[in-house]
Amino acid sequence: MQEISIKVEEKLYQNRYMVDEGRPHIVVKPHTQPTDALASLVKICPAGCYSRTETGQVEIAPDGCLECGTCRIVCAATGDIEWNYPRGGYGILFKFG
Amino acid sequence: MSETFDAIVIGAGPSGNACAYVLAKSGLNVLQIERGEYSGSKNVQGAILYADALERIIPDFREDAPLERHIVEQRMWILDDKAHVGGHYRSDAFNEEKPNRYTIIRAQFDKWFNRKVREAGALVVCETTVTELIKDGKGKVIGVRTDREDGEVYADVVVMADGVNALVGSRSGIKKEVAPETVALAVKEMHFLPQDVIESRFNIGEEEGVVIEVAGSVTVGMVGTAFLYTNKESIAIGIGCLVSDFTEAQVRPAFLLEKFKNHPSIKPLLAGSEVKEYAAHLIPEGGLPAVPQLFGDGWMIVGDAAQFVNAVHREGSNLAMTSGRLAAETIIDAKKAGKPMSASVLSAYKKALENSFVLKDLHKYRRLPKVLHHNKHFFTDYPRLLSSAAETMLRVDGEDKRSKEKKVTKSFRSTRSLGGLIGDMFNLARAFR
Ligand SMILES: Cc1cc2nc3c(=O)[nH]c(=O)nc-3n(C[C@H](O)[C@H](O)[C@H](O)COP(=O)(O)OP(=O)(O)OC[C@H]3O[C@@H](n4cnc5c(N)ncnc54)[C@H](O)[C@@H]3O)c2cc1C
Ligand code: SF4
Repeated sequence: MQEISIKVEEKLYQNRYMVDEGRPHIVVKPHTQPTDALASLVKICPAGCYSRTETGQVEIAPDGCLECGTCRIVCAATGDIEWNYPRGGYGILFKFG
Repeated sequence: MSETFDAIVIGAGPSGNACAYVLAKSGLNVLQIERGEYSGSKNVQGAILYADALERIIPDFREDAPLERHIVEQRMWILDDKAHVGGHYRSDAFNEEKPNRYTIIRAQFDKWFNRKVREAGALVVCETTVTELIKDGKGKVIGVRTDREDGEVYADVVVMADGVNALVGSRSGIKKEVAPETVALAVKEMHFLPQDVIESRFNIGEEEGVVIEVAGSVTVGMVGTAFLYTNKESIAIGIGCLVSDFTEAQVRPAFLLEKFKNHPSIKPLLAGSEVKEYAAHLIPEGGLPAVPQLFGDGWMIVGDAAQFVNAVHREGSNLAMTSGRLAAETIIDAKKAGKPMSASVLSAYKKALENSFVLKDLHKYRRLPKVLHHNKHFFTDYPRLLSSAAETMLRVDGEDKRSKEKKVTKSFRSTRSLGGLIGDMFNLARAFR
């Protein structure tokens, strides 16, 4: 497979957001060892919101979230995260969609 | 807000807008609630609009709807890493007075549709998220709770048009949570280019548009497809695969999109463009087996929330609009007859769907999701085989044609056994029948 460098953050710069400061709409529940489902989000979140801490846990910075719902569906069975829509009016604002 | 509405519609995508519009036009007292800043601000589509479904709701929509291009050419491509094989269909017959398919930009289109809903007399409240349904002691739905202070509102019937995540229904216990193997995650970018560049690059006239639908090695073995659509001054490009495949294969969606954009058959079409947005959205792809219970005492589900997408033909918005309209007509009929919004009265909605293309088409392709899910080689082996077959036959190198044919047949048989080949054809034919 050819090497393609991607920086998701650069893609997100193009988008418009209304960030609800201090009120994250997605929260990862405290854990010592992530489940496979939770660990998979580091790669498959299309906005790259999930990352690993130095001690191996999975954390989220949901500011760039595109509100697709993928992480919610992947972790529905394991209950690793709490997922809500941002408050009405906040979050991603698609200019084109 | 203490009055009781005739109907509450949750969501202002195509299904909710169609439903609220038809209800309000008939004179009913309608409240529509949308979580985005405006209708469209949360919504993503390719996007192809199928005129027929909208025409049945707003016959003269062409007069002021924001339409990009009508489609005159369809390209269907199978890609391997270096090549594409495929078929094109282009016809001047598509340059008709009332074209059948258009490209649209959803944020603009939804805004327009929602303005029509307001003009028809519905009360539209944006920036408000419905958190759950309110039920009476007997389990009948009588209203909704929102994230606004004192945000409880009541109605005779609630229509859930809240899209693929359908959280209102699952959090209120009337439908199951969506399963990862019944939804695709799609990522999409908007690439801007001057209008004349698009027209010369795609060999089209001023209002004309081209659609490219793609399958093959770009999804790196996952069940999925990709697309490229021409708008007036932009190109929409995207790719989507089943969520269950993404988790299994551990592929970054943005990587997949870059790989597609860099394919030698695609790259020149995008050259020099400026990217202005990156979006992601789920698409219901579970087909008929994934469709939930569609009505109950005081409630109905329409559009993506009901999994109404025909993934084979890339149709969703038309099923959304049609189901929204049919739900509205069911409510209007019940009101006129003075009947309560009970499950038995609202069951007329399901009958109407069964008599329409919505459930007929989903029924036709009911086996396909399973067949594709269990036959990943459709997305890996066959594209490669087709491409190398085409290359073998086209390259003139002194080898005779009969030997070349033998080589092609052998390449198919060495990749898939004869039984496998026949079984694949049988499964596919059956799933499409
Ligand atoms: C990449 C992509 C390409 C596609 N291409 C095509 C195509 O070319 N042609 C086609 O016909 N279809 C296509 N589809 C499918 C099509 O977009 C959908 O089928 C269609 O949008 C469904 O309409 P809907 O109204 O049911 O849902 P949506 O359009 O998702 O609308 C749901 C609305 O409800 C709102 N909402 C959700 N929850 C709440 C809540 N709790 N409270 C208040 N509001 C809420 C949302 O903000 C949204 O406005 C595509 C989809 C994708 C993702
Ligand atoms: S909803 Fe989608 S974009 Fe947002 S964090 Fe989850 S996977 Fe990422």
